Amino acid sequence: MTDEHPPELTPLDPAFVTTTRIATALGLLPFVIGAGVLEVAKLLPPGSFLVPALLLYAFIALTVPARKYRRWGYDMGLDRLRIVRGYLFYRDTIVPFGRIQHIDVDQGPIDRRYGLATLTVHTAGNHNSTVALPGLAHADALAMREAIRAAIRQDAL
Amino acid sequence: MNGTTDTPIEVAMHEGERLHISGLFVGFVSGLPQLVFPLVAAVFGVRKSDNPALIPIVIAAVLVLSLFFRWLAWLRFRYYVGDHDIRVEKGILSRTARSIPYERIQDVSIEQKPLARMMGLGEVKFETGSGDGDDAKLSFVTLDEANRLRALIRSRKAGVTVSQDAPQVVEAEDAETIFAMDGKRVFILGLYSFSLVIFAVLGGLAQQFDFLLPFDVWDLKRWAGLAEESGVSVDKINGVGVMAQFILAFGAFSSLIFIGFATGVARTLLREHGFRLTQTSKGFRRQRGLLTLTDVVMPTHRVQAAVVQTGPIRKWRGWHSLKFVSLAQDSKEESNYVAAPFATLEEVWRIAQAAKIEGPDGDERLRKGAASHWMIQLILLVPPILLAMAALVVFADAVFVRTTLLLLLLVIAAFSFWLEWRRYRFGLDEQQLYLQRGWWRQQLTIAPQVKVQSIEIAQGPLARRLGLASLKFGIAGGTLEMIAVPLSTAQTIREAVMGKVAAVDYSAINESH
Repeated sequence: MTDEHPPELTPLDPAFVTTTRIATALGLLPFVIGAGVLEVAKLLPPGSFLVPALLLYAFIALTVPARKYRRWGYDMGLDRLRIVRGYLFYRDTIVPFGRIQHIDVDQGPIDRRYGLATLTVHTAGNHNSTVALPGLAHADALAMREAIRAAIRQDAL
Repeated sequence: MNGTTDTPIEVAMHEGERLHISGLFVGFVSGLPQLVFPLVAAVFGVRKSDNPALIPIVIAAVLVLSLFFRWLAWLRFRYYVGDHDIRVEKGILSRTARSIPYERIQDVSIEQKPLARMMGLGEVKFETGSGDGDDAKLSFVTLDEANRLRALIRSRKAGVTVSQDAPQVVEAEDAETIFAMDGKRVFILGLYSFSLVIFAVLGGLAQQFDFLLPFDVWDLKRWAGLAEESGVSVDKINGVGVMAQFILAFGAFSSLIFIGFATGVARTLLREHGFRLTQTSKGFRRQRGLLTLTDVVMPTHRVQAAVVQTGPIRKWRGWHSLKFVSLAQDSKEESNYVAAPFATLEEVWRIAQAAKIEGPDGDERLRKGAASHWMIQLILLVPPILLAMAALVVFADAVFVRTTLLLLLLVIAAFSFWLEWRRYRFGLDEQQLYLQRGWWRQQLTIAPQVKVQSIEIAQGPLARRLGLASLKFGIAGGTLEMIAVPLSTAQTIREAVMGKVAAVDYSAINESH
């Protein structure tokens, strides 16, 4: 599993890098503020807190989202949805359409700005009862939802 | 998955049925313990007013108030048996109307606590598996009504429309007892259920209510003083010699053992007395209990997996237990449906077969896990132990040789990992998945592949180095995780199972019937 992208997988929408960057930047902001407070307290020579914190912050916010993006992938089969994610903690999940109880398409405020959405499928299993696939173009997410719904309905007939 | 919906819609008040009025009394009596604190608070409140006559009045007022609110709640509680669902409306001020579609009802249970039983009442619970385990309950209705409701729901679920006033339908029409436990077996199970929990309970109580006790129970000198008051002096005990002390200790020890066994037998007897599992055309029905009778039905097609459990001693004597995994919760303590608490393997497989689950018959190709999985865990334990040794030497001035005792921990861990590895097996055949784990609580899980909800291959950073993965199957109501599986094997297994799951006509297998 060291290869960057298994060929059979569809990558997420590239805008996912941007939205993750924004989300990471916002999420880590408290630490930068904390470093700023320590800086103001003047415990050590000027810059010894804020400079490394800012460097680390910039590094994480700039590089991690792109890496995350490369590790995500999905595959819409005829009867199943496969979602692959993570490098350190690699997860490769398959949910058969026939086992899906319901489907959500969510859009957060950042997502909406960039036209992205998260598709979440729910199963009855205790493990993996919800499987989320973020970073889809909104239209794609809706299309996937319709496709899954159609597949389920066909099965039920 | 949530089968129930709460809506604030009011259905006309004149229809629907009420609970039985005597249930008010049963609920009131069984709710009395909850009133203890309000009562104590009220009594403390008026104690200072120098008027002792007030105390009984206050107590009466609290009781009457409680009864009044119960009556109000009773008045505002209605249930409806509709064509497609059961509807329950309740709430004194804010009303909720809950609708439970028949096809979402996992099982219907009837519970009779001693008092309710004396009055011929029962508590009916509908479970939908939406998690909270308290989806809807009717406490209390007459036993006849409870049985009628259950029969009705069963026939509705089966698609047969029975008019609501139909006489006592079905029940026992084709019921066949497939497993029962006589008094002797319940007693033996009790012996296995050795438990010293009573001391924990007593200790907890003593700590909670020590203000009520005349002295501090944890004060050893007081106990010695107490003994001396009744003629036994501590000096005398010290003076009776080693042999007598040994006998005393032995006496104390054996009474402890006796209490442990007695607790186990008593608890088991209360729960399992008269255990009977019957099979009808619709599903399993289990009746048990000495004082509190429970009567739980579970449709056969809801069974998602079977768990066979045993322990080293039980296994040696040939005893196993069988549980069924489903979305419904059996009770607060047990999440799975206990089909047989204490049975021989032969009986276990017979019951499992009734749920369309076969015992292992040799073609399931059970495999061992990769030993490196456990080795890594052991190696990960080394640094913290070395660190602890170093800390003891540096900070606590411990002698280095003594700190090596900590290495014993490693030996113990290694031994338990080894046992774990030795017992662990995973495998699959054409129809089912098998997973065997544990050396103390030995557990064999069997799940039909068509009941699998999702499959995940997961790898942590260390597992990837070793080329291992774990294979997690989503099962409704339970888990099944194969660990220490080589990645390629995991992928092969997943392909095989997915082939089964995707090839299935879901409407025939899953849920709604």
